[in-house]
Amino acid sequence: MTTLTKAPPVRTVRPAPMPSTRVRWLRRAPLLPALIFTIVVTQIPFLVTLVISSLNWNILHPGDRSFAGLSNYQFVFTDARLRAAVINTVTMTASVVILSVLIGLGLAVLLDRRFPGRGLARTLLIAPFLVMPVASALLWKHALYNPAYGLFNGVLNALWQAFGADHGPTIDWVSDRPMMAVVAALVWQWTPFMMLILLAGLSTQPPDVLEAAKIDGARALQTFRFVTVPHLRQYLELSVLLGSIYVLQTFDAVFTITQGGPGTATTNLPYEIYLTTFRKYEYGQAAAAGVVVVIGTIIVATFALRVVSSLFSKESPR
Amino acid sequence: MRRKDGTTGQRGGPVWTLIAWGATLLFFAPVGWMVLTSFHREADAATNPPSPLAPLTTSNYAELFDRDITPYLLNSAMASLLSTALVLALAVPAAYALAVKPVRKWTDVMFFFLSTKFLPAIAALLPIYLIVKEIGMLDNVWTLIVLYTAMNLPLAVWMMRSFLAEVPREILEAAEVDGAGLGQVLRKVIAPIAMPGLAATSLICIIFSWNEFMFAVNLTAVRASTAPVFLVGFISSEGLFLAKLCAAATLVSLPVLIAGFAAQDKLVRGLSMGAVK
Repeated sequence: MTTLTKAPPVRTVRPAPMPSTRVRWLRRAPLLPALIFTIVVTQIPFLVTLVISSLNWNILHPGDRSFAGLSNYQFVFTDARLRAAVINTVTMTASVVILSVLIGLGLAVLLDRRFPGRGLARTLLIAPFLVMPVASALLWKHALYNPAYGLFNGVLNALWQAFGADHGPTIDWVSDRPMMAVVAALVWQWTPFMMLILLAGLSTQPPDVLEAAKIDGARALQTFRFVTVPHLRQYLELSVLLGSIYVLQTFDAVFTITQGGPGTATTNLPYEIYLTTFRKYEYGQAAAAGVVVVIGTIIVATFALRVVSSLFSKESPR
Repeated sequence: MRRKDGTTGQRGGPVWTLIAWGATLLFFAPVGWMVLTSFHREADAATNPPSPLAPLTTSNYAELFDRDITPYLLNSAMASLLSTALVLALAVPAAYALAVKPVRKWTDVMFFFLSTKFLPAIAALLPIYLIVKEIGMLDNVWTLIVLYTAMNLPLAVWMMRSFLAEVPREILEAAEVDGAGLGQVLRKVIAPIAMPGLAATSLICIIFSWNEFMFAVNLTAVRASTAPVFLVGFISSEGLFLAKLCAAATLVSLPVLIAGFAAQDKLVRGLSMGAVK
């Protein structure tokens, strides 16, 4: 069975004869370990970040720690590198999410038909998502993109030679189009993820509606546009939301394929904060950048949470 | 009234079949190439045009074990298995308190857990690094275990809640009326329904912690380094290394590939935090 989970209707706790404090705490007890653990491990570091972000603190100048007020934040908002990192992060996240949702939708539609070997095809398609991200980044950099012996130029060369030329074009994918190189590798990695969610969405279409559309003489494309896409809306929202959360935090691919270069061409926020921390040792600036990223994410997430809330809505899935 | 295989589309014609298989093979090609190259000699791995039909060898894998990949794999296994066990120990009772006998304002608690997923891990890297250094826990697997537990806990709470919410209320109430104790209810009513959920949740947590790179590379040095850290350090510029790289990449991805293939149907629910069944 594939359906969007409907949360059980929120049952108001009947104001029974005031449950004793003991009963209420017994009811809460199972929740507390997880809650306390999460608060300690996620909120304390954030408070520490807030404190550090108000300090002038560079590890190369020990004993030189002082209160900086808001100057680190001033730096964050005026620094050209960070501005580039913000733009790169938005570019990278938006293009990866949009492309992988679109391609994932295409693949899901293809796999929503019966054809010989469908199960095997689905298995092969999820492989890119299961390969360790660092491994796939290294694979793309060395085995596919390498200008001298990578698979891409190798295939081009083989094609050119098959048609009588003596050598195909030698394209240096990573240096010439760094952002595209990173985005392509990430799209390859995330498309199966999107496909799985959308395929689950497709399989919950009520067949009688599809049947009715057919009887009414709707063409396949019309049916897709007016029946399938509206039905998939929630699933599309969910895949965009989850994809954005994960892709926004991309670190492995940038670290491995381009080291953020050339220049700052592919430096995204996570990588820039990493450089500020472990290469420039500017702890105060790194912390301020971290705070800004968290606040930015919270703004985006608030909007996104409304989407997730719709999963909690009691109305039947559209 | 879906078909048995869960498809809703038409029976595709041969053209659709060709397109579907073409797209699939195109997507799978890099993985296939990685595995194939891992069984080639270095000299055959880096040729242009490529030589897919070169003789096969297992020497690259032998060399990996000579280079001592084993401790890294053990660290990875330890970090992912122990953190997953810890996640379940914390998440299952929490999910019970959120689904079976919901505490007041349970949706707020759910969204608090979810909101921690939105925090970019990178923003926590510096404070965590400083705290961990302060308490002398750098380069220690237990540090990774605690961090991976925090990383996967929200996911597990959401997933387990969605599974436990499926336990029919009537049965629970009937059991209580019959005077069944908590232990009996857990064993006889909840466990059979929650077991598949437990498996799916474990799988997702293991995958995410096995693959985690950022904390691993920045908080470990020698003793506690995991498989992805080995992989990055393994890239030396000395001559030809492509076949060995592909062997290492295949080897470290293998456990997750096998687990993912085996539990495909559970993957969707895990990836969507239990929202999509």
